[in-house]
Amino acid sequence: MAIHALNVTKRFGDFVALDDVSLEIPDGSLTALLGPSGSGKSTLLRVIAGLEAPDTGTVSLNGRDVSTLPAHRRGVGFVFQHYAAFKHMTVARNIAFGLEIRKRPKKEIKQRVAELIDLVHLEGLGNRYPSQLSGGQRQRMALARALAVEPEVLLLDEPFGALDARVRKDLRAWLRRLHDEVHVTTVIVTHDQEEAMEVADSVVVMQKGRIEQEGAPQELYENPVNRFVMSFVGPVSTLGDALVRPHDLEIRHSPNGTTRAATVDRLVHLGFEVRVMLTLDDGEQVEAQLTRDEAAQLGIDAGSSVYVRPRAERHFADGDESDGQEPATVSQSSP
Amino acid sequence: MTASLTRYGLRFVALGYLLALLIVPVVMILRKAFENGFGPFWTAITQPDAVHALKLTLEIALISVPLNTAFGIVFAIMLVRHDFPGKSVLNAFLALPFALSPVVIGLALILAYGEGGWFGKDLANAGFQVVFSMPGMILATLFVSLPFVAREVMPVLREIGDEQEQAAATLGAGAFTTFRRITLPAIRWGVIYGVILTTARCIGEYGAVAVISGNVIGETETMPLIVKRLYDGFDKQGAYSVSVVLAAIALTTVLLMTLFKPKVEA
Repeated sequence: MAIHALNVTKRFGDFVALDDVSLEIPDGSLTALLGPSGSGKSTLLRVIAGLEAPDTGTVSLNGRDVSTLPAHRRGVGFVFQHYAAFKHMTVARNIAFGLEIRKRPKKEIKQRVAELIDLVHLEGLGNRYPSQLSGGQRQRMALARALAVEPEVLLLDEPFGALDARVRKDLRAWLRRLHDEVHVTTVIVTHDQEEAMEVADSVVVMQKGRIEQEGAPQELYENPVNRFVMSFVGPVSTLGDALVRPHDLEIRHSPNGTTRAATVDRLVHLGFEVRVMLTLDDGEQVEAQLTRDEAAQLGIDAGSSVYVRPRAERHFADGDESDGQEPATVSQSSP
Repeated sequence: MTASLTRYGLRFVALGYLLALLIVPVVMILRKAFENGFGPFWTAITQPDAVHALKLTLEIALISVPLNTAFGIVFAIMLVRHDFPGKSVLNAFLALPFALSPVVIGLALILAYGEGGWFGKDLANAGFQVVFSMPGMILATLFVSLPFVAREVMPVLREIGDEQEQAAATLGAGAFTTFRRITLPAIRWGVIYGVILTTARCIGEYGAVAVISGNVIGETETMPLIVKRLYDGFDKQGAYSVSVVLAAIALTTVLLMTLFKPKVEA
């Protein structure tokens, strides 16, 4: 295991940021810690890095207990949401910092910095200052700076959180490719489920200082253990006490005994995907997701009276989102 | 129209204020000092007592400024970056030299370090006289100029935050390396401004130094003290001339600091 956190608890005053959390992250993987703000995901990352001291619990990196080591002895790379660029140093000096601390020969540093500048595509910008770079460039510089010292693990704390949507999408695709090239064990903290699912091999969903579920993105999407995970890793519509993915909601023109009557409020065309906003007979509002072709075939419009039924639905023991690992029941019916 | 009127009005008031308070008096001093030409000015500032006062003032500043710069940075880092019991008390104490009248500071130091004071006897037995001599004057100067560097550095430290320092730590830099390579360059303008103010105060301090020095002519007399003595003794030429030298030193400090401005401000 590259990272092993065991029974970690951390309080800030009365607030419990981490509640007896244990986590194992395999060597060479790219794992996402996913959760809403206040779920403890950033605190867990900072505890692993040694930037935050846990109240109880231990952290091991590659089998070495580092719990008592300060951050500068742990050999981790850390990337901050707001870049934490050294503003008074050029890009090249920023990247060289960790190597200079380690007193590597000048020639080696120069060569390594040049390699890293190529790796993160900042060619020709080595002599710029951070203030002369865009947000995306600054974050790539920060990544190169963290990678320069060949860390045992790379920890990214909402690395793309301060960037605009377009740059964010580009950078996460780039990060995935980079990881396939460099293979360093990487943990990325994010509150964006799409980002987590797109980038990571494995996703750890956290809430209120606890781990709710961990697994491959598909596993989480298809077999969420509770209501919170189901609604956090993808969109859901609620029919009574059942949770349904919008693409599992069938829309028909005629009833068939298991359907409920509904009225179409609005159609939202998003290219390939069409979202249908519906109001059920009891006034509840649900959302269905169709492909463009399905929507065209169905021939519905705002105001149409239709019948809906879930193709697959999920029931969780009770409605409380914070409940732990209660078993989910799945009912599947053929369309 | 009214907007520009307001703007010009504001400028006029600000400049007028500056003119009345600062520029006119300083120009008057300059005029008076050179009223009878350069000769009398030169004679006044080269008399042995004046030369000694200049040397003493600079010596005190050379010792006090580095000490208070170092302690000011330490205080600022402690107060901004660390949490410890009594932090708010320390913060309040740091304002004391501003709040307390310098004369009171001088008297307090005499009480603590004088012959009848708490440590006075022990110090005297050890052959170390504080009051009416240079050590006491340095103490008084340190006291009155203590807060400047800390007060200038603290807001800068707050503003830069601690993320750069944390990043340096994850890259393998220990506390001292992080301070030297990351924190110090980031706060340098706060430090420099603090040093300017500290220097100005060290050179110009009158009250506290006057009390503790005992005003021994040719021995414990600094430049502000000699200005006052000459003025009281109707040697106006001497008083104005030494004042001009004091003002020149202050101006030079400010100019030197401005010249060191880096070319690229990232």
